[in-house]
Amino acid sequence: MTWILNNLELIGQLTLTHLATALPAIVLSFVLSVPIGWFANRFHVSHGLVLTVCALLYAIPSLPLFLVLPLFIGTSTRDSVNVTISLTIYGVALMARSTADGLASVDADINQSATSMGFSAWSRFWRVELPLAGPVLLAGVRVVSVSTISLTTVGAVLGIGSLGSLFTDGFQRNIPEEILTGIVLTIALALIIDLLLVGLGRVLMPWTRAKTSGTGGALNPTAREAVTV
Amino acid sequence: MNYFAEAIAWIFNPRHYGAYDGIDTRTLQHLSISLGVVAVAAVIAIPLGYLVGHTGRGRSLAVAVSGGIRALPTLGLLIIIALGVGIGLEAPFVALVVLAIPSILAGAYSGFEAIDRRTVDAARAVGMTEWQIVGRVEVPLGLPLLIGGLRLAMLQVIATATLADYVGGGGLGLFLFRGLKTSDYPQVLAGSIIVIAMAIVSEIVFSILQRLVVPAGVVAGQTQYVRVKSSGLRVASGS
Amino acid sequence: MIEFRDVTKRFPDGTVAVDEFSLIMPSRKTTVLVGSSGSGKTTLLRMINRMVELSSGSIEIDGEDTATLKPVALRRRIGYVMQNSGLLPHFTVLDNVATVPVLNGVARREARAHALELLDTVGLDRSLAERYPSQLSGGQQQRVGVARGLAADPNILLMDEPFGAVDPIVRAELQTELIRLQRELDKTVVFVTHDIDEAFLLGDQVVILEVGGKIAQVGSPTEIISAPANDFVANFIGAEKGKRALSIRKTDRGDIVIDGQGRAAGVLVDKITESGVGDRANQYGASE
Repeated sequence: MTWILNNLELIGQLTLTHLATALPAIVLSFVLSVPIGWFANRFHVSHGLVLTVCALLYAIPSLPLFLVLPLFIGTSTRDSVNVTISLTIYGVALMARSTADGLASVDADINQSATSMGFSAWSRFWRVELPLAGPVLLAGVRVVSVSTISLTTVGAVLGIGSLGSLFTDGFQRNIPEEILTGIVLTIALALIIDLLLVGLGRVLMPWTRAKTSGTGGALNPTAREAVTV
Repeated sequence: MNYFAEAIAWIFNPRHYGAYDGIDTRTLQHLSISLGVVAVAAVIAIPLGYLVGHTGRGRSLAVAVSGGIRALPTLGLLIIIALGVGIGLEAPFVALVVLAIPSILAGAYSGFEAIDRRTVDAARAVGMTEWQIVGRVEVPLGLPLLIGGLRLAMLQVIATATLADYVGGGGLGLFLFRGLKTSDYPQVLAGSIIVIAMAIVSEIVFSILQRLVVPAGVVAGQTQYVRVKSSGLRVASGS
Repeated sequence: MIEFRDVTKRFPDGTVAVDEFSLIMPSRKTTVLVGSSGSGKTTLLRMINRMVELSSGSIEIDGEDTATLKPVALRRRIGYVMQNSGLLPHFTVLDNVATVPVLNGVARREARAHALELLDTVGLDRSLAERYPSQLSGGQQQRVGVARGLAADPNILLMDEPFGAVDPIVRAELQTELIRLQRELDKTVVFVTHDIDEAFLLGDQVVILEVGGKIAQVGSPTEIISAPANDFVANFIGAEKGKRALSIRKTDRGDIVIDGQGRAAGVLVDKITESGVGDRANQYGASE
């Protein structure tokens, strides 16, 4: 406990850095995946193409990506932007698939009845398809958020600050307490954000509340997740 | 793209082969670590997953444990174990096994759960024992999803095994860390390319395997199958 | 003979599906359990081969208490045909039919040869033998299901809404086939349906069930139609209205039978000549 009490300021600062690196990646991957998922779901050919590209991006290990990315975009090797962009790429690779699956899961009858009521294609997408795909999207975002928060720690081996810095620093200075603090805080952050997402889902999708608590989301191991490192 | 050409040159430089830190040695090391980890994780996770999938018991526990492990940062786990057991392969090996278990476990039990309940019910009704139901119905029908779980685990392990050398565990991580320390970016890129190539080869091998293990009847006439299933919904609520 | 004695089934969540149910299902006859959902008919059927365990009471098959038998052995000597055929998707048609004999230790070769004969019995072309279930139509799948039910040559055949998921034309075809089969094979058939017309068509003994497995009436179709036990039965079988409330109108060419809507349902004749379904057609065919 003494180490924690003596280093509260460092811990707080690293937590904030961690969030500043991870949160934009989570939000960005959601925002970007909606048009990509729509595109994948819209055409037969694009479906296979998008899913293949996603699978390939997903196969790239993140540590090499953290290292290689700055060579292409001209940032410094130790810039946290590298981590944010890399994790966004993974997030999109996962989320685009979830979005396409979610849109495909909307009952064709519902789409037809929406069209017959006079929804335009544009308003049908935003007011019928996307909301109904919501539960699948939420499950995808939950997986992305947990793995993104966990993966952010890897940047520490390259000297990019995050809660992972507690691992590398604790290793070099032989302070198990510091490493444990990092592990516990990373898990706690992941769980808190997961809970927030579940709460957000309940607020935005009140019609799903009647059902028993879902099987989807970050705690559902059947969903695909980002590669660690 | 200058770095890229240099990296390719670095990979094909004969001087980077043969020694303990040669590309051949490290690639083989990385591959055997990954295969070993997935094998050990499979031995632990498959029987557990089958048990959960067949009995339906302990599912929420399995889901919770897998979810917890997913949030656990592998780097932190690896380092804390390394502080205990010292540097070398042990710490990364254990951490990677922990990392691989959730995917395989999920593949095993979701493979069982994805089977039409009526099929299992029918197998029981004609007088198969529980072991026969597992062996002749659930395992063959669940194989594609199990292979999917192994595929995901292998991908994660190949990627994460790059961290092993951070605590002296060997593997392709060496080129990344050494290149970074000496600002030798062609070396970093070369190491990355080899890891990425290994990951992609693993994906290809497993996707072929996944296709091969789909039982013949499940591939044949899939559109008809869907039609028959949906027409059954009307009467799915028998007393 | 299958005898239910004070059989009760209480599920873990507290619902009582069947309460103190007693009934004798005679050998070599078809007993049809008919009722709407929640009547416990499928539960009753599945208790015979112990797919559902009894909470209390007993079921005897030819005087032998099923509780004393091993469930797996019991199931292997009772044929079971279910809705949506329940075929194993990764076995060919022939292997599906041969499943039970193979489980019983019959050599695979012999079991497959016998399975081929069974395909003839249920009216399936032998060329379908190496197909997979997903390559068959719904009606064909159900025929394979029946063939599998017969494969171990069981005395008892349990059928759980076997024709519920096929279209009406195929259903009529399968029903006729079943009547033919039953005449040839003489099994003790227990058949579950929610369709009263199907019950009257197939049943020697029809059991009309109310919610909770309560017997509203047991009897032959003639007995039930001629004397419904109560309003529930009368209402359930649709007597006094619709197509079962028939009247006779005399015309120049003879007597015509008129249904509840005033439409001609058929011609009244002295005696039905031998046709497809024989005696049963007297009660049923005339009204259709």
